[in-house]
Amino acid sequence: MKFVLDAEQRLFGETLHKLLTETGTPALIRRWAAGDRDRTLWTALAEAGVFTLAVPERHDGAGLLPVELVVALHELGRHAVPGPIVETLAAAVLLGEADDEALGARWLPRIAAGEAVVSLVAPAVVRRALDADAADLTLLVDGEEVWSALPEGSAVRSLDPARRLFPVVAGERLAAGPAVPRAAAAAYDLGVLACSAQLVGLGRALLDTTVVYARTRRQFGRAIGEFQAVKHHLANVLTGLEFARPLVYGAALSFGSPDFARDVSAAKVAASDAAYAAARVALQVHGAIGYTDEYDPSLWIRKVRALHSAWGTPAEHRARVLAVPR
Amino acid sequence: MDLDLSPVEPFQAEVRAWLRRNVPATPLPSLETEAGFTAHRAWERALGAERLSAVSWPEAYGGRGASPLEWLVFEEEYYAAGAPGRVSQNGINLLAPTLFAHGTTEQLERVLPPMAAGEVIWAQAWSEPGAGSDLAALRATATRVDGGWRLNGQKTWSSRAAFADRAFGLFRSDPAAERHRGLTYLMFPLDAEGVTVRPIGRLDGRPAFAELFLDDVFVPDRDVIGEPGQGWAVAMSTAGNERGLTLRSPGRFLAATDRLLALWREHGADPLLRDRVADAWIKARAYRLKGFETISRTDDIGAEASVNKVFWSELDVELHETALDVLGPDAELEGDWLEGYVFSLAGPIYAGTNEIQRNVIAERVLGLPRERRVGG
Repeated sequence: MKFVLDAEQRLFGETLHKLLTETGTPALIRRWAAGDRDRTLWTALAEAGVFTLAVPERHDGAGLLPVELVVALHELGRHAVPGPIVETLAAAVLLGEADDEALGARWLPRIAAGEAVVSLVAPAVVRRALDADAADLTLLVDGEEVWSALPEGSAVRSLDPARRLFPVVAGERLAAGPAVPRAAAAAYDLGVLACSAQLVGLGRALLDTTVVYARTRRQFGRAIGEFQAVKHHLANVLTGLEFARPLVYGAALSFGSPDFARDVSAAKVAASDAAYAAARVALQVHGAIGYTDEYDPSLWIRKVRALHSAWGTPAEHRARVLAVPR
Repeated sequence: MDLDLSPVEPFQAEVRAWLRRNVPATPLPSLETEAGFTAHRAWERALGAERLSAVSWPEAYGGRGASPLEWLVFEEEYYAAGAPGRVSQNGINLLAPTLFAHGTTEQLERVLPPMAAGEVIWAQAWSEPGAGSDLAALRATATRVDGGWRLNGQKTWSSRAAFADRAFGLFRSDPAAERHRGLTYLMFPLDAEGVTVRPIGRLDGRPAFAELFLDDVFVPDRDVIGEPGQGWAVAMSTAGNERGLTLRSPGRFLAATDRLLALWREHGADPLLRDRVADAWIKARAYRLKGFETISRTDDIGAEASVNKVFWSELDVELHETALDVLGPDAELEGDWLEGYVFSLAGPIYAGTNEIQRNVIAERVLGLPRERRVGG
């Protein structure tokens, strides 16, 4: 038993962190929100191997590597990277498990290579297609059928301007059969895991930024981080994140076991709560500047609130944790 | 990265089988009563005879040389089996780690085997009327005399002292030195001449702790742990044990939250309480995984132990509050959940209040500036 990342996994995370730091995501997020669909970063993430992590080896992927996927999504969350990343990874699972080799062969190698951006709708759990305007393919899963879907009209406005959410209509039917609901369930669980990892990363970045701010911002002749009221808020945020992270990695390790669905739900509840608390405290400690659109923490704060209810609400996941008979 | 527990499965199976045969069918009376204390002491003897009272200690001292993972698994099995609370925990979890770090071989050989066998039950004697969270303000003295020390002063909130045999604590041995300096870590018998034990009823009236009045109590040199005058460093070097994993292991919360879930279902699975039951259950699993992470690390967790202490102590209160709310109007009636609730309420206070822990987290883990303190 060794429940810490190995050297290679840590290096993978550090490589992504370096890439994203050099990219400077705040400017990129703002451009994305303004409608710029440049794929330079997407291609760079693909070169780092991010999109191979949910693609089977026979389709040029790395096989399904849930721990590495969590490492990657944690870093992507830390830098609040926009775009349908979780959706593309979940779509890869759906296409890989749908029991249709031709369909898999058509899309999966392109996903692994970063040449296909995919969005996804599964009416009961993922209602609208994120950034469908940027996608090469939008999937609509309904019962035993998978359809390619088209955006219907313009995007619905989200709190997070970097998330454009499209209602869709079904186009061409891509696959059908009893394997589809199973594939859709597997895709959903992986999406929940990826979203949870992203939330922990978002929360961690907000905590780090806020700690730096509390050390430097002075009021009443001292750094505000000297006040216990501020300290205790930040200590609570750290505690939440420190106990959410092991649940996310623990869920990654239960991939393939009957506990996976329950474990990803537990991870999502904890990650969502921890990240949301980080966002609230970040907002409070930054004061008025944190409430502004022009100050970068707002990019993280808005994304956390959006993801809090995406890929299943906290209430749905709590119910799922207790629904499994034991 | 893995969570492969198969290497410890044989040990786990042995522990589980022994507990199934030996855990008392009806719960023992509260260990905070005289009859309960006696019953719990007998249980410690049974554990000790099987070398299960302190599995992580070396065999020479009555343990099994268990790895940290085996210890975690032992704890999971122990609490899942509904085994009694540990009356010996002050000695095993607080004093013993200090002895392993700073004690002499003679002390280890003399003190540990009777502790493991349940023959000597230890109480802690840290706090004083004027030194609670601010432990360094303590005033009880140890005065050098021929062959040892004379203790004088008052200790309080001394857990288990109402019925225990011996105690350990810090005393001011250099009256000229201030605060953290000039302190000495000593062990002393609670039935020694000059010791008066006055039990204190806790919130429910049971004598869970006591005040100790020390009037010229003689302690021989051999009962000093570490160097005289270095008591603060000696005590703090293992304070993380109390705040971290060892005092309240994950197994305790895993078992309690499984019981909470069963209780909630038995009482009709009230949807209004569902989220709280789920949260308690999830947090107990988080603590378990955090424990696996902690023992997998090669660095010292240091001040991060405070993160653990805040987490488990508040989880303990939350899960018991939820259980009482499930019980509804019967919540106030005597029973295991109420006993657990009263016990849990002390958690955010002892071992350094959670306010102090949050300061530690903020200053030593997050690196926020230290508060300007009065009196340094």
